[in-house]
Amino acid sequence: MLGYIIRRVIMLIPLLLIVSVVSFVIIQLPPGDFLTTYISNLRSSGVMVNEDEAARLKELYGLDKPLYIQYFIWIKNILLHGDFGRSFQWNQPVSEILAERVPLTVFISILSTIFVWLLAIPIGIYSALRQYSIFDYIFTFLGFIGLSIPGFLLALILMWFLYSQLGVSITGLFSPNFVTAPWSTAKVLDMFKHIWLPVIILGLGGTAGLIRTIRGNLLDELRKQYVITARTKGLPEGKLIFKYPVRIAINPLISTIGWMLPGIFSGESLVAIVLNIQTVGPVLLRAVMSQDMYLAGSITLILSALTVIGTLISDILLAWIDPRVRYEGGAE
Amino acid sequence: MRNNINPNYEFEKEETAGRYEEKEKFYLASQWQLIWWKFRRHKLAVAGGIGLIILYFLAIFCEFLSPYSPTDRFTEYSNAPPTKIYFWDKSKKFQRPFIYGLKRELDMASLSYKFVKDKTKKYPIRFFVKGKPYKLWGLIPTNFHLFGIEGGADTPIFLFGGDDLGRDLFSRILYGARISLSIGLVGVFLSFILGIIIGGISGYYGGQIDNIIQRMIDFLISIPTIPFWMALSAALPRNWPVVKTYFAITILLSIIGWCGLARVVRGKLLSLREEDFTMAARLVGASEWRIIIRHLVPSFTSHLIVSITLSIPSMILGETALSFLGLGMQPPAVSWGVLLQDAQKIASIALYPWRLIPALFIVVTVLCFNFLGDGLRDAADPYAR
Repeated sequence: MLGYIIRRVIMLIPLLLIVSVVSFVIIQLPPGDFLTTYISNLRSSGVMVNEDEAARLKELYGLDKPLYIQYFIWIKNILLHGDFGRSFQWNQPVSEILAERVPLTVFISILSTIFVWLLAIPIGIYSALRQYSIFDYIFTFLGFIGLSIPGFLLALILMWFLYSQLGVSITGLFSPNFVTAPWSTAKVLDMFKHIWLPVIILGLGGTAGLIRTIRGNLLDELRKQYVITARTKGLPEGKLIFKYPVRIAINPLISTIGWMLPGIFSGESLVAIVLNIQTVGPVLLRAVMSQDMYLAGSITLILSALTVIGTLISDILLAWIDPRVRYEGGAE
Repeated sequence: MRNNINPNYEFEKEETAGRYEEKEKFYLASQWQLIWWKFRRHKLAVAGGIGLIILYFLAIFCEFLSPYSPTDRFTEYSNAPPTKIYFWDKSKKFQRPFIYGLKRELDMASLSYKFVKDKTKKYPIRFFVKGKPYKLWGLIPTNFHLFGIEGGADTPIFLFGGDDLGRDLFSRILYGARISLSIGLVGVFLSFILGIIIGGISGYYGGQIDNIIQRMIDFLISIPTIPFWMALSAALPRNWPVVKTYFAITILLSIIGWCGLARVVRGKLLSLREEDFTMAARLVGASEWRIIIRHLVPSFTSHLIVSITLSIPSMILGETALSFLGLGMQPPAVSWGVLLQDAQKIASIALYPWRLIPALFIVVTVLCFNFLGDGLRDAADPYAR
């Protein structure tokens, strides 16, 4: 087990390296470097730019050096000082802007994953046990609709529905008086009053896929001989189903975290923009709009790195729960 | 079935003649015929297919089907609600469909414009009406529209309401379908070429090349797509012409889109290259590419079609999301995502809920593709039980 974990962690390093290179390419994509944009932006808003300050920044980020050296300086600053660069739009270090937003993004994503499980496991099991029943068809149909309505459209439609029916506006993550307030128990409680909607919206898309997987797996398991043996032995039906086939059928819960994470992060940024939630999504949109590339690149870097690490954790968990995976991995 | 020892053979044959013929038909049928039979039984998939044919038909003939061009403005009718169509007037006698004229009045209580029906003015709806001249597909000059108000240039018919500038949302949705529906096809075509080449190399040669390509795919799949596309779109200048933006976005969407297809191609190739017919072809001295194109590709075409069908919706949604955020297609180009930009603010949807109608079209399209893909997946391998 330990060997497996070490091997997987080592495999993580090249992946993270590629992630960082891609993010750096993104930062460099728009014409002109960030300092020129920064200075021209300041000039256009009528601020006198101090030549010394410009030269200092240029030196700090090595903007006069070739690209690959710039990349190493960028990486070194991130790894050693946690310095992701500077956002000219906010006139703040990127790390300060993201400090509160990244944990919120992660928190909402984790809640959504849990929501997906809570919804998909019982429905998946039910659909398999009562295959071709009316509810099975209904859930299948609803699942297809869930798959076909992207989160941001669902957010728009729900927003309109709740507003026109109940007259409540459901945007934001905090009540107005809490938005800028420091963290406190009251603020956390307030957040839970608002957080359920994005969590449900994000969860519904993933639920449909997971229901299909669990249903399919459980159906496969139910046809196996050990189930028949157990049944002939006279094992009570409830115990029989929940003790063996179900346990195997919900294995994909863990392995699917890997492919659910990119989807959830993706959806989260869009839904956050529509619902105006203080996570990384709206910041990314503003950054991209004004070509604030250090900010945009850092967000891509952080989100991609988080998915890669999340996938790793799910792989390790899976190997821990299901030893067959570990041996297959070892054989490679 | 056939049993020559049985003395009742002739009798049995007669009795089961119908079934026998059916079986013979089954054994003689080509693979594609079997797929079609199996697909036909999947009702939702057939419905999805028909839905898509209708949607693409709307997109192809949008100039003719829409009463106005997407840029026609009726300034008096900005934000007019969807026009109601009547078949009966006060005389309660059934007649050809008509609409009433609208009057805009300033509501002093809320200080906003309200539209009031002017029941004195009736405008009948005519079919094949002469309207503004246009060129069908930019080629055939004509001025016929499927329906419209005759001579009523001042009173427009807005089936889905009007937008801020007094343009017809129905016409704009039909025109928008062109970009929204085609971008999925073009994007998938690009991904398909990339996927089949890269996946083919990966699956056919195996070994170290395969390993590198697989890691690359693992990486691309693990990127959260929307943030990645958003960041990449920062490099697209906002003032590019429509066609250029269109292709830039398709390329953007294909950067990740090819991975899924490459995986299918690789997986199938890995199993097919072990088959006897591959070995036979190799023994006769066929070249590598000939084996791939002539022998291997046809064996998994049906599986490819399934993956293609299922990957179109994510492309359509990608374009919609980007355009919705203002990062994709830019006005004056019309796509469903661009149209939804008007529905971003809760205040505007609350007042003008018809602005959400493009969302309905998107959902229906994606649903149709998913149903169709699901049915095709079941039918793709007709020999499987």
